[in-house]
Amino acid sequence: MEDVCAKFVSQKISKTRWRPLPSAALQPPDLFATGSWDNEDNRISIWSVGDVGNVGLNGEYQGEPQLLCDIRHNGDVMDMQFLDQERIVVASSTGTVTIFRHHQNNQTLSANQRWEKAHYHVDQDTSCGGATCTGVICNNPEIVTVGEDGRINLFRADQKNAVRSIDNADSSTLHAVTFLRTNEILTVNSIGQLKIWDLRQQRNEPSQIFSLTGDRVPLHCVDRHPNQQHIVATGGQDGMLSIWDIRQGTMPVCLLNAHEAEMWEVHFHPSNPDHLFTCSEDGSLWHWDTSTDVSEKPSFLHQGGRSTTYLSHSAINQSVVSAWLSNDPTKDRMEITNLIPNQTLSVNSLDVLGPCLVYGTDAEAIYVNRQLFA
Amino acid sequence: MEELDAEPPLLVVPGADPSARQLCFAWGPAEALVCETLFGRRGTGDGGPSSSRLFVVRKDQDIYIQTLRKLFNESHGIFIGLQRSEEELAGKSRKAQLVQVSKNYRSVIRACMEDMHQAAISARDPALHSQYSTQVSILSAMELIWNLCEILFVEAAAAGPLLLRLLDWVRLHVCDVDNMVREVLSSENPSKHELFWNVVDVFVLQGRMDEARHLLSKEASANPTSMNMYRILDDLMKKMPMPSLSNTQTLTEMELKWQHWHEECQRYLQDGTFASNSHMESICKILVGDEDAILEKKELLTTWYHFLVTRLLYSHPTVKPMELRFYAQSSMDLFLGGESSPEPLDTILMAAFEFEMHQVIKECSIALSNWWFVAHLTDLLDHCKLLQSHNLYFGSNMREFLLLEYASGLFSHHSLWQLGVDYFDHCPEYGRVYLELHIERIPLNTEQKALKVLRICEQRQMHEQVRSICKIMAMKALRNNRLGSALSWSIRAKDAAFATLISDRFLKDYCERGSFSDLDLIDNLGPSMLLSDRLTFLGKYREFHRLYGEKRFSEAARLLLMLMTARIAPRSFWMTLLTDALPLLEQKEVIFSAEQTYELMRCLEDLTAGKSDKQKFQEEDVETMKVEMLRLALARNLARVIIKEGTLEGS
Repeated sequence: MEDVCAKFVSQKISKTRWRPLPSAALQPPDLFATGSWDNEDNRISIWSVGDVGNVGLNGEYQGEPQLLCDIRHNGDVMDMQFLDQERIVVASSTGTVTIFRHHQNNQTLSANQRWEKAHYHVDQDTSCGGATCTGVICNNPEIVTVGEDGRINLFRADQKNAVRSIDNADSSTLHAVTFLRTNEILTVNSIGQLKIWDLRQQRNEPSQIFSLTGDRVPLHCVDRHPNQQHIVATGGQDGMLSIWDIRQGTMPVCLLNAHEAEMWEVHFHPSNPDHLFTCSEDGSLWHWDTSTDVSEKPSFLHQGGRSTTYLSHSAINQSVVSAWLSNDPTKDRMEITNLIPNQTLSVNSLDVLGPCLVYGTDAEAIYVNRQLFA
Repeated sequence: MEELDAEPPLLVVPGADPSARQLCFAWGPAEALVCETLFGRRGTGDGGPSSSRLFVVRKDQDIYIQTLRKLFNESHGIFIGLQRSEEELAGKSRKAQLVQVSKNYRSVIRACMEDMHQAAISARDPALHSQYSTQVSILSAMELIWNLCEILFVEAAAAGPLLLRLLDWVRLHVCDVDNMVREVLSSENPSKHELFWNVVDVFVLQGRMDEARHLLSKEASANPTSMNMYRILDDLMKKMPMPSLSNTQTLTEMELKWQHWHEECQRYLQDGTFASNSHMESICKILVGDEDAILEKKELLTTWYHFLVTRLLYSHPTVKPMELRFYAQSSMDLFLGGESSPEPLDTILMAAFEFEMHQVIKECSIALSNWWFVAHLTDLLDHCKLLQSHNLYFGSNMREFLLLEYASGLFSHHSLWQLGVDYFDHCPEYGRVYLELHIERIPLNTEQKALKVLRICEQRQMHEQVRSICKIMAMKALRNNRLGSALSWSIRAKDAAFATLISDRFLKDYCERGSFSDLDLIDNLGPSMLLSDRLTFLGKYREFHRLYGEKRFSEAARLLLMLMTARIAPRSFWMTLLTDALPLLEQKEVIFSAEQTYELMRCLEDLTAGKSDKQKFQEEDVETMKVEMLRLALARNLARVIIKEGTLEGS
């Protein structure tokens, strides 16, 4: 894997995120943020990969990521999301939600806004009792957080107090959250349910509940198709990838056997949504590709050490043509590539933007691949 | 008890004063707790309750060095690769594979050394700087030892190539002279530099003939008068036979050639060809292997093992591995010359030259402050099948013993514990037990961490630990009033007793509030409902409420009755159930059949009959009133149902 560069960073990485690009930009992303966990002092770090001085012979990038700046973070970094070009929202295991600002002129980080104990057990005012905040999602200026206390908070970046809190929204732990539409969010929980919440309604109840079959396998991550908002992907404790069509039914459209352990993150490629990426506790990172017409290729291939398999999946008849929901038997194949051949420890987080992939592991390393589709 | 190999080092606990107060201690898995006691040596009378302190003394200090975490993580990957590697590969390819693994380990040490060196340079604090510098020298010593072990044990180089490898080893590690070489070579006119001849000597001593000749040719062109002398020396150096790595020449062939060359050198020396130039004469003396001449360059050799290799190069180039020990011992004696006693590093290298593998490992364990080195080296040597015969009088074998020590150290670290798991996995005898004991002691501050620990346990079928972790998480959730979460955890642990406890809490909450919390969970229990009787009851009772809410009264009534007659509901809950029956009894249409009404009546009587008169007397009026109301409702229902059923039959 000569096109991937690794860096050992002496801390277990729980989150990696690319800084979003300005809408008109054509260049690949050059900055990403990481968060660590399980350390005595955890850190938020900003890394640069686009250093001009490191351009190689063929013009491609050679060097490893360079640390630009970092800052202490209280508690494990549970989730992290860029609010805009400069601000990052970070969820902590202490229940605090913090906005850090990255000052690009002097390369420093500072805490910009903090909601102490946004998530809590029993009583917010006691000295202990913060509950882990497990997920955060932003749609500038709105920020939604979920936690082990089953609470959903809606913040606004410029307001000191929560705009809205749904206490006891879920009786089990909420593991992740994403925006479905401007006013609707999706959450997944530890008993295998996918819930839609309409934030305009004052009712403290979900507008719709979807669930896996009777097994109650916890769901750990969720992502929505960037263009077709009714297509949602979730990843579960058993490593299974589920694709849901939220317009119909209460069960997933298809279940795809994937990793051997917890799937920690699932991401549709933001501008190329035929591609999907998942990573897992078992130390693998999979690239799911439905774009190639593979009907003429043999069903099992080995390419340069990467094992490539084509899977057929069952799906309910769909009128909208989407590779993720289609069930045409000849086209109904996807190419799955494991991007990490010999990994042993968990890949906790990944992020894709443009042609670039970044991921972080429990083996205290971050990896950057700048030629994803090469 | 066996004799001690070395005096145990004295550790001064900063802040503790044993002369004032006696200390006591308790062992932990990888550290010891030391605390001050009330017993003092200066009489016990004044012992007021002054502050007594607690100290944590760690065994494996190096685990906590930030820069070394890279070493631990990267070598973990190499270690796993080695364990997974194909044992079947026979002979040469297996050896090549093992040598590659050894090189990978060394490159990790080197990379770490680089980082540490950079850190030392950029450190402004002098204390920090010296700390980093110490680490650099420890790492470089580790790499030096490892490299020698790689040549002698892993690759097991034979006579001939052995010398070439040792030369490489010396060139790589004796870098004190590198600066001097660089300075001279980069000067405008190297041959005029005052250290010029020193550099030539360095090249000759390290067997870098081409470089030495290159330098000499520059000097020669500057001195046309002694051109002839230079040409002869150059010729000698060019002709020097070297052992080859390939099998093109036999050892005897090489020895013959070398003997011939050696005699030629000697002849020139006796002729006095170089007598006019002391520098060139001393070089020629080195070429013939004159020990005194080589020893004169002590400053340039810097270490006795450099001296050893140079001596071998010019007097015994086809040295056999087993002969090394004699030359090594005499070289060290000659070099140190009784001036200084050998240091730990010298003894370790000496043991390696003597092929005393166990001695090497033992000395390293004593001298180095970490278990990383010995654990990984021993594991590698074990894979080379070099340590099999050795058994310890405790534990299983040395490899496992050292791996266990190292992994235990990792487990005492707040973050590196994850690496330790894989090391325990590859300790066949005690690894499992160690893992079981350590994994239970990992603090679980978030659910995600708990899930990671659980995954480790589940993959290894450690059911006892899975139960215990789930129970801890369930207890935590319960304490935080998160009944739903608590129930999920106990279902995952298949812990019936705890599920019962939580179900009771749910029912109690219901009795107090009159409504259920966490409906999303209870409605979706599915087959896990069967985990405990109480949980089944909870699920079914909630189903009754749902049926009632959906106005499916007769189904609800049947379910309600079944909960009592099938003894699913706990006795204490019967009164609540009967009270729930009241509105059904009072419905306009008749819901309970005559038979069902009789059953209900029997349940009510069962419940009241069990209580003595005295209890009855003490009970509150509410309770008696409830019973009266129920009786009345039942009687009225019975009356209605008899009429209804009678009419139906009659018609």
